[in-house]
Amino acid sequence: MNHVKAGIVVFPGSNCDHDVYNVFKNIFNADTKFLWHKDTSLGDRNIIILPGGFSFGDYLRCGAIAKFSPLMNEVIKFAGKGGIVIGICNGFQMLCETGLLPGALLRNDSLKFVCKTVTLKVENNKSIFTGEYGIKEEIRIPVAHGDGNYFCDENTLTDIISNNQIIFTYKDNPNGSIGNIAGIQNVKRNVLGLMPHPERASEELLGNTDGYRFFKSVAESLL
Amino acid sequence: MYTSKINIKIRDTILDPQGKAVEHSLKSLGFDSVTDTRIGKFIELKIDAKSEEEAKKITEETCRKLLANPVMEDYEFIVSKDGESK
Repeated sequence: MNHVKAGIVVFPGSNCDHDVYNVFKNIFNADTKFLWHKDTSLGDRNIIILPGGFSFGDYLRCGAIAKFSPLMNEVIKFAGKGGIVIGICNGFQMLCETGLLPGALLRNDSLKFVCKTVTLKVENNKSIFTGEYGIKEEIRIPVAHGDGNYFCDENTLTDIISNNQIIFTYKDNPNGSIGNIAGIQNVKRNVLGLMPHPERASEELLGNTDGYRFFKSVAESLL
Repeated sequence: MYTSKINIKIRDTILDPQGKAVEHSLKSLGFDSVTDTRIGKFIELKIDAKSEEEAKKITEETCRKLLANPVMEDYEFIVSKDGESK
């Protein structure tokens, strides 16, 4: 997978950065680099990942402070030019805060942090992120979040449904998310945000490989 | 010097589970007259501005650009000149 040049943006408080690095570097043998949030260039990277964690301690709102990191300007420009950007968990929250994706992520309706493996439905397998899955295929992927309750207004929901922007939904909603939404893409179909963690389910050693095809789909799309 | 007192809360149309949980506790304490509870956050800024109008403008901008997320939150604020009681 030499054609994949993955850049993983590290913020103070990121804690899934090494998990994503492991997937790209050791499972896909891709050219993988960490990028510090204060960097001012993405270099030659052709896929950017905003990893999970608690950037800036989740102060103010999850992902709200991260959007002002210098490298985020470059990520927004990169996305604007069609570059692939994936936000996982805290990364999804950042994408909503920056406006690269519509909506926002509220506190879970249970008020509890949920940490478990859930069943997702692949709602759209025509995306660059899900080409390796079957339509409506059910996959098992871990979630771990306190603020994963996706919210948007009625008009936005109508739009994202009609534009086929919903990529993953929960079979049993763990957080109160509107429309059971677990992951959405942007209108241009190059930016994806999802609360579940496919990087924690991509190798036999971890007992679950359902996330492997997520990264494989993205890697294949770059060919 | 001016002080801005900003209140931010989740939109009225959005369920506030934290508020609901607290409301249930209030009810169990016997506060039956409490009919709704919303929890938000309070932020206080000290602003070095030339006029109250300027301080208000700056406060508005801080809310719009960072302190509140318009997708899910509403905000309101009071600006006062330091040394004056309001």
